[in-house]
Amino acid sequence: MTVSAPCAVIDKEGLDALVAALVAEGRTVVGPTVRDGAIVLAELTSADRLPYGWGVELDAGRYRLVPRADGAAFAHSSGPQSWKSFLHPARERLWSADRTPQGDLSFTADDAEPPSYAFLGVRPCDLRAIAIQDRVLTGGRFEDSGYGRRRRRALLIAAECTEPGATCFCVSAGGGPAAGPGYDLALTEVVDGYGHRFLVRVGSEEGARLLAEVPHRSADQVTEAAACGAVDAARGRMGRALPTVDLRTLLGASLAAERWDDVAARCLTCGNCTMVCPTCFCTTTEEVTDLTGDHTERWQRWDSCFDLDFSSLHEGPVRSSGRSRYRQWLTHKLGTWHDQFGSSGCVGCGRCIAWCPAGIDITEEVAALHTELGAETER
Amino acid sequence: MSAQPERPTPTLAVFKLASCDGCQLTLLDCEDELLALAGAVEISHFLEASSEIRPGPYDLALVEGSVTTPQDAERVRAVRAAARHLVTIGACATAGGIQALRNFADVDEYRRVVYAHPEYISTLATSTPVSDHVDVDFELRGCPIDRRQLLEVLTAFLAGRRPDVPNHSVCFECKRRGTVCVTVAEGTPCLGPVTHAGCGALCPAYRRGCFGCFGPSGSVNLPALIPLLRRDGLDEDAVGRFLHTFNAAAFDAFDTFAAFDKEQNP
Repeated sequence: MTVSAPCAVIDKEGLDALVAALVAEGRTVVGPTVRDGAIVLAELTSADRLPYGWGVELDAGRYRLVPRADGAAFAHSSGPQSWKSFLHPARERLWSADRTPQGDLSFTADDAEPPSYAFLGVRPCDLRAIAIQDRVLTGGRFEDSGYGRRRRRALLIAAECTEPGATCFCVSAGGGPAAGPGYDLALTEVVDGYGHRFLVRVGSEEGARLLAEVPHRSADQVTEAAACGAVDAARGRMGRALPTVDLRTLLGASLAAERWDDVAARCLTCGNCTMVCPTCFCTTTEEVTDLTGDHTERWQRWDSCFDLDFSSLHEGPVRSSGRSRYRQWLTHKLGTWHDQFGSSGCVGCGRCIAWCPAGIDITEEVAALHTELGAETER
Repeated sequence: MSAQPERPTPTLAVFKLASCDGCQLTLLDCEDELLALAGAVEISHFLEASSEIRPGPYDLALVEGSVTTPQDAERVRAVRAAARHLVTIGACATAGGIQALRNFADVDEYRRVVYAHPEYISTLATSTPVSDHVDVDFELRGCPIDRRQLLEVLTAFLAGRRPDVPNHSVCFECKRRGTVCVTVAEGTPCLGPVTHAGCGALCPAYRRGCFGCFGPSGSVNLPALIPLLRRDGLDEDAVGRFLHTFNAAAFDAFDTFAAFDKEQNP
């Protein structure tokens, strides 16, 4: 829902007050913070924990924190996790069962009220990724009820991008550094001679209510122009780009491409790309029994198409080669995702490029496929 | 549904070949579950816990250690004959262990150099996993094995189901627990991308690269990893040493590494 309201401006104290208000309401505030040489997503008890003064230098297979003189909190691009770590967690109990003394079985579903999350600093690419996971996990006939419960209670505070990373390519993936729909509040950070402040746009009634609770002022023209200018400039500073061709057609025609052998020689099949991807959603289930055999639990955990067992049928895995597994991932992400869910599965966040230990670059692989097959797919 | 019919308590036996005993001690480390375990199985043979030994047959035999002597080979055949299910535990039993470094060297030379009376030493030229000698129902990896995984294997065999022990890489465990990749963020050489999960990604959680204690994962691409280890500062010798530890023989089984090793030790 879009609520038309004029833009506002808050300063750092306003951001402190915003986080404090969310915490006071009992929300679990999650946002970027520095840990172990990276800007990770973690629970924030106050806005002090934001990565003020830290930026990142990214490349394929490489991520480094770098200090920033301007003290900005959101002048970094996506880190090692995405919001799915909270909305669609790596491991989740679905139900448990116990054998009663009479020998009957009693089942207990895990449908407790989840934390009421407030996500602070959701990037525009990640807003799109959350919308994609919404369609995948709650849009069909069978909802992932745990995801649905967490998602419906979650508040999204976007942070528009002013410092895209060298692995970013959202513009060529159909997005951009400006926040699209789906946020409750959207912040654009401005640090200049007039101070450190945030332009705030309201995207929902809940967002308007929150803004009213924190010290803010009406947006001035200087701040609006600086914010818009920085976001517009970011659009032209993407580190990478996907080829501007019909990727669905290209990937659909790629099954016999030689490029798959080339990438398979470099691919570790370690699964990192799928786990850092903000839209990859696959899970498997495990049954956990105890030694007595009287108690059992069903857990859902992240799975990956790079795991041999992912395609395991009787007599073994269907996709036993690295080639077939990498091809499965990419053709699904950019091709058959359209058929299944009505959009591409890629938002251009660049995580799969940065967090691949071998530095495999999805944009380079697609470009190589286009070079190899271009003539064919353009006919 | 009626209550389960009474069944005889299954018997458990623990044996060791060439090993340090650390893996079988993992059984005693199951402190919180030890009473439940003692109630669920009858321990018939477990010298680290009790000198009381009962004869087979056993429902489940856990075997630790590798085969390094002719006597080991004979013993493990006897254990197999007495066990309904045989599960090997640890890097020694599943991959030959650190002692498989002898597989790449001249054992006679070692014997002459190390022992005052080499003629007293009866040993094989290789250290080999138990599965090279007898059929094995399940191999649980690790140096040492992981306590939770051991309990899962025991529970699974008691319930008659397949243990839930994934074959994927340590990277899966790092990502699931939210550990920042030490290779990408710090340039630390790490064997995680080719190593079997199971430890819970312990070392990277403490900002160390994975040592490969659990041996190769189900899907290993060493030729893709070795250039990355070189990129992150290991020279050729260091790469060889990195891969030549507790699971040397298992990693060596991947062709190109074997070729690489031959280059190093022509």
